[in-house]
Amino acid sequence: MAVPMTERKRSALTRGRLPTYTPHVVAGSAIVVAAALMALIGFNAFGWGVLSAVLFAAGNVASSAIVEGRRKAVDKLVTSVVVGAFLVALLPLVSVIWTVLVNGVPGLLAPGFLGTSMNGVTGAVDNASVANHTPVLGGVYHAMLGSVLITLWATVISVPVGLLTSIYLVEYSADNKFSKVITFLVDVMTGIPSIVAGLFAAAFFGLVMGPGTKTGFVAAVALSVLMIPVVVRSSEEMLKIVPNELREAAYALGVRKWRTILKVVIPTAISGIASGVTLAIARVIGETAPLLVTAGFASQINSNVFAGWMASLPTFIYTQIMTPTSPSNPDPSAQRAWAAALLLILLVMLLNLGARLVARIFAPKTGR
Amino acid sequence: MSKRIDVSDLNVYYSDFLAVEDVNITLDAKSVTAFIGPSGCGKSTFLRTLNRMHEVIPGARVEGKVLLDGDNLYADGVDPVTVRSQIGMVFQRPNPFPTMSIRDNVLAGVKLNSRRMPKSDADELVEKSLRGANLWNEVKDRLGKPGSGLSGGQQQRLCIARAIAVSPEVILMDEPCSALDPISTLAIEDLINELKDEYTVVIVTHNMQQAARVSDKTAFFNIAGTGKPGKLIEFAETATIFNNPSQKSTEDYVSGRFG
Repeated sequence: MAVPMTERKRSALTRGRLPTYTPHVVAGSAIVVAAALMALIGFNAFGWGVLSAVLFAAGNVASSAIVEGRRKAVDKLVTSVVVGAFLVALLPLVSVIWTVLVNGVPGLLAPGFLGTSMNGVTGAVDNASVANHTPVLGGVYHAMLGSVLITLWATVISVPVGLLTSIYLVEYSADNKFSKVITFLVDVMTGIPSIVAGLFAAAFFGLVMGPGTKTGFVAAVALSVLMIPVVVRSSEEMLKIVPNELREAAYALGVRKWRTILKVVIPTAISGIASGVTLAIARVIGETAPLLVTAGFASQINSNVFAGWMASLPTFIYTQIMTPTSPSNPDPSAQRAWAAALLLILLVMLLNLGARLVARIFAPKTGR
Repeated sequence: MSKRIDVSDLNVYYSDFLAVEDVNITLDAKSVTAFIGPSGCGKSTFLRTLNRMHEVIPGARVEGKVLLDGDNLYADGVDPVTVRSQIGMVFQRPNPFPTMSIRDNVLAGVKLNSRRMPKSDADELVEKSLRGANLWNEVKDRLGKPGSGLSGGQQQRLCIARAIAVSPEVILMDEPCSALDPISTLAIEDLINELKDEYTVVIVTHNMQQAARVSDKTAFFNIAGTGKPGKLIEFAETATIFNNPSQKSTEDYVSGRFG
């Protein structure tokens, strides 16, 4: 009868390995040493963090090289580099969000900011609110409305054009010369600087409607020039991954090609197409340059995209910062600009969340 | 229902490549015909020419005649959609529509063509087709659930139900059991035996026992070498093909001494 073996105190399997608490020890000493070094050259928190991280990585790699050997040390070195690169990439994002939050929240919470326009808010009003320490007046309602309307019209123009183009490319073109030309031009369009799209729309409507035509619709056309290639590309990819078997299954039932596309291919790909469209919207809603030359600026509410200048969030931010309402007291304008920036980021974030939701709602169900 | 198919002098091409050469064959109504042969010999390609699915592939074309009860499928002015609504097909891998429920999958042939159908008729058609595919008892309590949630064998029977719901004359099956386990395979083979009372069934299979079990007649296809066209070598009663074939290559293939 076999005697059950007892567990050995020092396992042969972990020989030549650093004990599991090593990283904690290294991290602790790295922080202390970094603090000491920083004290010598003048302390600041950011430098302390960076120095600690570098010392921690170096200590980890060195200790591993001494005890565990070359292979483990290289592993830890590469891990440190990868994590470090990730943190560096994250830094601007966190910094931007933090700055906008700190500067934007007071303005966003100011009474009437979301519900009023800049109509009647003059330099004198801003001067008075600074002098009397009363809340800053004026709001972004007109700009928000403008942004939403312009983007909505841009979507109304871009989605049919983009979706039909991608259907032609995937379902009908059979990779002919014409489709290659379209694909090439779409790629070129993706790279068009946004100001060029704005100039195109301004020049086009200038020719057709008379010079200096600036309306929300002109801006929507400019944005759709930027949006169409994104919609084409994303829908094309989504239609391509619909398995051919499904098309054949529909054909074998005696279903016509256009009905197959409409009722089998598109429903199967709709979740990807919808989230692609939402991301395209998020991409253009923050465009500034094309709106400056197509929709102009406005301080009052304009809900008609076919007549009159129209404000939008990006141009609102731009004008508030560049030409403060009261040149002698720019603080109220800056506060409004930061709040509008925060609002824009929130809108884009909501759109991204919306894209995920849409993708989840439309995704083919797999439950039993 | 069920019609015979007469094929004469059929050549099948992929662009310039001749894939299947000079096929002459008669597939009887209300019978099961099996196509056997090594991979790449053109059985599936030939099968797909019988309901004009071959031409879905870019550059693919066909020369010759395929008569469905005397009507040439490849005559001028014949709409492939009409042909396919009379000659249904079941594919190698089960392919239920992922966006549709079990019920909608069965009704796909009707719904996708936007034909209106009263709910009672639709219910009747669903039950009849699912019973016809031996699937009714397994799914009758969850007709609203997605078809992709079924097991592989059930999905394949769902595809058969979908094919017979449009009441075709002929059902083509392209290796319908190759992705299934032996029990699901048995269920489908039983089903094929029942289907031949009403339909003309043509089945491509790599499984010679299966051909022997389910078919009345068997066609053996072979290929002389890579790049050469596939040919129909021998076509006879299944018993003859397996017990007393007239061609040496058929005998080699069915006895496993191939190559």
